[in-house]
Amino acid sequence: MADEAPAVELTGITKTFPGVIANEDVELAVGAGEIHAIVGENGAGKSTLMKILYGMQSPDEGTIRVRGREVHFKTPKDAIGEGIGMVHQHFMLADNLTVLENIVLGSEPTKGLQLDFAAGRDRIAEIAATYGMDLDPDALVETLTVGARQRTEIVKVLYRGARILILDEPTAVLVPQEVDELFDSLRDLKEEGETVIFISHHLDEVLAIADSITVMRGGRTVATVSPDDVDAKQLAELMVGSELPTPETTESTVTDVVELSIRGLEALSDDGRTILDDVNFDIHQGEIVGIAGVEGNGQAELIDALMGIHAISSGSVEFKGDDIAHWSTKRRREDGIGIIPADRHRQGLLLQSPLWENAMLGHQTVKPFSKGPWIDRKGARQQTASIIERFGVKTPNADVKAIALSGGNQQKLIVGKEMIAEPSALIAAHPTRGVDVGAQAAIWDELRDARRAGLAVLLISADLEELIGLSDRLLVIFSGRIVADLDPKTVTPEELGSYMTGVGAEAAS
Amino acid sequence: MNVRKMLLSLLAPTAAIVFALIVASVALWAVGRNPIDAFSSMWSFGTTSTSIASMINRAIPLYIAAVAVAIGFQMGLFNIGVEGQYLLAALFAGWVGGNIGLWSPLHITIVILVAVLVGAIWSGIAGFLKITRGVHEVISTIMLNFIAFSVIAYFLLNWFRDDPTSLNLQTRTFPESGQIPDLNWIFTTFGFSEPRGISLHGFLFVAVGVGIFYYMLVKRTRFGFELRASGMNPGAARMSGVAPKRMVLTTMLISGGVAGLVGLATMFGSLHSYTQDFPRGLGFTGIAVALLGRNSAVGMALGALLFGFMERSALILDLEDTPKEVVQIMQGVVVLAVVIAYEVVNRLIERREIKAAAEATRTVDIEEEVAA
Repeated sequence: MADEAPAVELTGITKTFPGVIANEDVELAVGAGEIHAIVGENGAGKSTLMKILYGMQSPDEGTIRVRGREVHFKTPKDAIGEGIGMVHQHFMLADNLTVLENIVLGSEPTKGLQLDFAAGRDRIAEIAATYGMDLDPDALVETLTVGARQRTEIVKVLYRGARILILDEPTAVLVPQEVDELFDSLRDLKEEGETVIFISHHLDEVLAIADSITVMRGGRTVATVSPDDVDAKQLAELMVGSELPTPETTESTVTDVVELSIRGLEALSDDGRTILDDVNFDIHQGEIVGIAGVEGNGQAELIDALMGIHAISSGSVEFKGDDIAHWSTKRRREDGIGIIPADRHRQGLLLQSPLWENAMLGHQTVKPFSKGPWIDRKGARQQTASIIERFGVKTPNADVKAIALSGGNQQKLIVGKEMIAEPSALIAAHPTRGVDVGAQAAIWDELRDARRAGLAVLLISADLEELIGLSDRLLVIFSGRIVADLDPKTVTPEELGSYMTGVGAEAAS
Repeated sequence: MNVRKMLLSLLAPTAAIVFALIVASVALWAVGRNPIDAFSSMWSFGTTSTSIASMINRAIPLYIAAVAVAIGFQMGLFNIGVEGQYLLAALFAGWVGGNIGLWSPLHITIVILVAVLVGAIWSGIAGFLKITRGVHEVISTIMLNFIAFSVIAYFLLNWFRDDPTSLNLQTRTFPESGQIPDLNWIFTTFGFSEPRGISLHGFLFVAVGVGIFYYMLVKRTRFGFELRASGMNPGAARMSGVAPKRMVLTTMLISGGVAGLVGLATMFGSLHSYTQDFPRGLGFTGIAVALLGRNSAVGMALGALLFGFMERSALILDLEDTPKEVVQIMQGVVVLAVVIAYEVVNRLIERREIKAAAEATRTVDIEEEVAA
């Protein structure tokens, strides 16, 4: 075994993109039959590296060897041909097809001119049995849990003959219990001699499952270590390169004044399902209320309802003493509700517009951005310049198009334009999603400072550490209902996980 | 840097026109004409005073139609119904204008207002259907075009016809007070020969006004910003307090209102009534001009003038036994080529900006490191 060529060997890989951190002189060797973790902060270059290995991008320099043989991938098809498969973070499954149909899609077994589903079913059963994966081939994908969808993706990759699996942040979408199941599957894969490359930034998970760990930082591979030789703290330091940022707020600044009060909030989806059910909570001045939950449990609708984008069917929303349930979005904005939207590209930015127009977005009706019906170009540019300076947005000037900035800087601009308007309440949805460590720390600092100054914050995040660290109070949303009200000081991730999957709620009631 | 940017943006239309000339040359050569001869006779014929007046007269309605289309384009709405909107507006404006006699400026203003109103109502139907029933505006405006043609025929035949005994199917001719004097004096003032047999339409000033209105509305007002934001990113616009339904309706109304003006240059300047053979197709050509001018107030003006020039100078080809359809080929090619060339140039500019932003990031990092 020892003298066998590594399953994958990357040497001197360099990939440059304008504006984003890519790869520089990356070295990676993954032994056959091992679980190799690649860790690094957002933007460290992990995804780029995996895209190169999977043939989605070609490197500017460097060589790729698979089982000792040099290869040049032009498309993922070439990579699949070499037995490399990838499970993306966002599943690529057709919801209205069955597991079986999804798996064979694109490489359908045929008998003459007919599809041979029986052969496909047999292969899937065989794969599932070999690797210990529990799957019902006839279930519709839309009915599956997130964990089962992920298994479907993995089986799909194996079905295509992959012996080297790349998993891009597979645990990001899973609750703790599902993570354990995934890890069992990965161990089975390893026992059967398959190679797994596992991308993550959850260090405890990596330490639990990996045989070796490669750390990336700023586009480079900085170290490859064995999990036996390091602990989470050392690994984190390798990743960050310096001190670890912590989101923890210090002393409580919660006041008695209720800023935002939500009572009996109910909302229906377009097809008439209840998507928000009797939601109640208050946010005081100087308080951060965190909402935890698996995505798709009503968070987006809650935000939309609070912003006046989604109509509510009953309940009240009181802001600074006024019932604003039927106010327009514009009026809510003008009255002092700020929003950091969940998806900055789809809801927060005009990518093709200059930064000063982006800074204006959401504040276009007030000074210094406009005077009556007219845009105040000078005022807008000045305000944008102060945002850039105060929030450390790295850009040549305010006339650059938003698309030219890196994700972290785009997010800093969004946070900055909301903060500089000095809102009374702020809805912060995934405020640090997909930004680098530096920007993350800066955004956390801003939120803390504003909280100290009396801002009422509703924090919605998928990052449990962020939620626990920043929130004064933690609510868990499940199926459109608030199922738990927890103290972030005492709660454990496992406890949160069980509420988030609805298990905890049943146990409690 | 800005000089370079300007040169870059001039590059696209120049490249497109050169490309269109090449394609037209091939077409001319294929029908057995020497392209250089054909182009040079087009040029010498097209640059006489008379031709220039005619070119501008052709450009005026095209420009206004393009602006009407562009207003919709800014928020991603495709108002294909400019055609029906302007014809219907011209019919009503013609009927009103022929049946009132007032102090001239008032007379003209009333006719303009009627046209704007009718155009806005007709496009408003499409806007209303979109926000209440979700009907796509492309479908509804196309349908409304056909309905408009029938409505026009019905009204003209049964209600608005001036003289039922006459063979001419038209509304009553405008009295003197409803006519806008021509601008041929401009040519003589600047020492050029006066156009013969053609009058430069006084409505030119209104077209310039429409251009300024469009520029100010889109670039300088809050409404224009919200309009563009809705077009570029509806999700973000919504989050920032733009009410999407109201935006759709307002935009359709403004677009249709401007469309209502398209036919008025001809009406005030030469026909003085709505006739059965009132110029058609301007709404559709306007879409091409909007594309050609990339929705920019100045760009569309240049595009409209280019189209006007090509149409006018093509007349000489007929006299020389060359199919003037060659010019239509050129018009089509020029639009396509401009769209492609702009896309290429935009990517170039974008890449440069990304690079500049990346460099700024790097410089700041280095400065920070040095400071530390």
